Amino acid sequence: MAREGIAFPQWLNLELTYRCPLHCVYCYNPLDYADTIGKELSTEEWLRVLREARALGAVQLGLSGGEPLLRDDLEIIVREARQLGFYTNLLTSGIGLTEKRIAAFKEGGLDHIQVSFQDSTRELNDFLSSTKTFELKKNVARLVKQYDYPMVLNVVLHRLNLDHVDKILALALEMEADYVELANTQYYGWSLLNREHLVPTQAQLDKAEAIVNDFRRAHGNKMKLYFVVPDYHASRPKACMNGWGKIFLNIAPDGVALPCHEARMLPGLDFPNVRDASLETIWYDSEAFNRYRGDGWMKEPCRSCPEKAKDYGGCRCQAYLLTGDASNTDPVCVLSPHHKVVTDVIQRAEWAATGTQPLVFRLDKNSRAHSS
Amino acid sequence: MPDARSPELNDTQIPALARGLRLQWEEVPQTWVLLYPEGRVELNGSAAEIMRRIDGKQSIGAIVGDLQRTFNEPDLRADVIAALALARDHGWIEVSDGT
Repeated sequence: MAREGIAFPQWLNLELTYRCPLHCVYCYNPLDYADTIGKELSTEEWLRVLREARALGAVQLGLSGGEPLLRDDLEIIVREARQLGFYTNLLTSGIGLTEKRIAAFKEGGLDHIQVSFQDSTRELNDFLSSTKTFELKKNVARLVKQYDYPMVLNVVLHRLNLDHVDKILALALEMEADYVELANTQYYGWSLLNREHLVPTQAQLDKAEAIVNDFRRAHGNKMKLYFVVPDYHASRPKACMNGWGKIFLNIAPDGVALPCHEARMLPGLDFPNVRDASLETIWYDSEAFNRYRGDGWMKEPCRSCPEKAKDYGGCRCQAYLLTGDASNTDPVCVLSPHHKVVTDVIQRAEWAATGTQPLVFRLDKNSRAHSS
Repeated sequence: MPDARSPELNDTQIPALARGLRLQWEEVPQTWVLLYPEGRVELNGSAAEIMRRIDGKQSIGAIVGDLQRTFNEPDLRADVIAALALARDHGWIEVSDGT
């Protein structure tokens, strides 16, 4: 069903709810997420989204949030997705994953579960998420193994836990993880708010990367290890989402369709809602999904840059958040005239011992302070 | 005559898809795809013919024989074994010793 010049969506991500038992300081959910509470799509609406996306060609499905386990219809959604032929991925903190539920997911055909940890230590895990969940998560990891799922561990890295990478890897080994994603924080939403606490020093990063490489040499292919470098410390921007409206389709809890997790805060874009339009119309015809497709929208230095086909000018949301204009070059690029906004942040991280503002936890009351 | 087979793979071994992976036909792009937690691989025609025959029961020798008969090609062993070694190195299949 692909149309000329526009590829079909391959990845469908359903943010089933923004409700979450965790309150992580680097959460990438929107600051005003509390606005969606009470407006979540119904079971029937989610099932319709699944059918429409599958017909468009989507095959990878992410079930995320917030905490998707807070939806008590998750079993129904998993079953329908699997029957439609999706490869179904549950992205969870693990909180609420009882044996009864995991057995139902297995029976319904869920393909894989990714469990997030905040740190290798109970103290920091529980502090960063503002919960007491470390032991609970370890039990969940055991359940994942017991039900013969590949163990996929996700840990978001930043200044406060980068020095524990060796212990995080030891924890992964202890849990017999098959895949480990060590994802350095990117700065959107709550992590942008808390950025001064989270940006690591170059020395921290170099040391962590060396430890990861040593670990790879020592343990070979048994555990697949991904180390996502932080883009602020790179010289070229990431190929964000592999291009706007190219493979990734995100549906927010209230039905707003987005080309990435973050885009809904971009001004001047009217993102369509699955309650009002079909996914086919949204993906191929909506103004919002077409806005940054291709390279016609680009300014210099991207427009004449030979690398534009590789990185698509970087991230539109980052361009907006750091330069005020989403059609600017992502300022992470050293060729951007705004690159100094990024180097200033990195330089501050080199000499500042702590943040000047208190950490802001992702809490409903803090979110309401940001609602429109 | 020596052939190009990897020393670790032989006819009696039995390949199986690695845990959590799925192979399926996709209507929209009209291809076989291999699905795994972090992504998907679109398989070309010959890779798909090999992967489709992996069921955790058939030995490598049986798969080679089946392909040679199906495509009326007498000499596929080296290519199939090279493809299976690659799939194993990517972690897409696991190979156990047959009895």
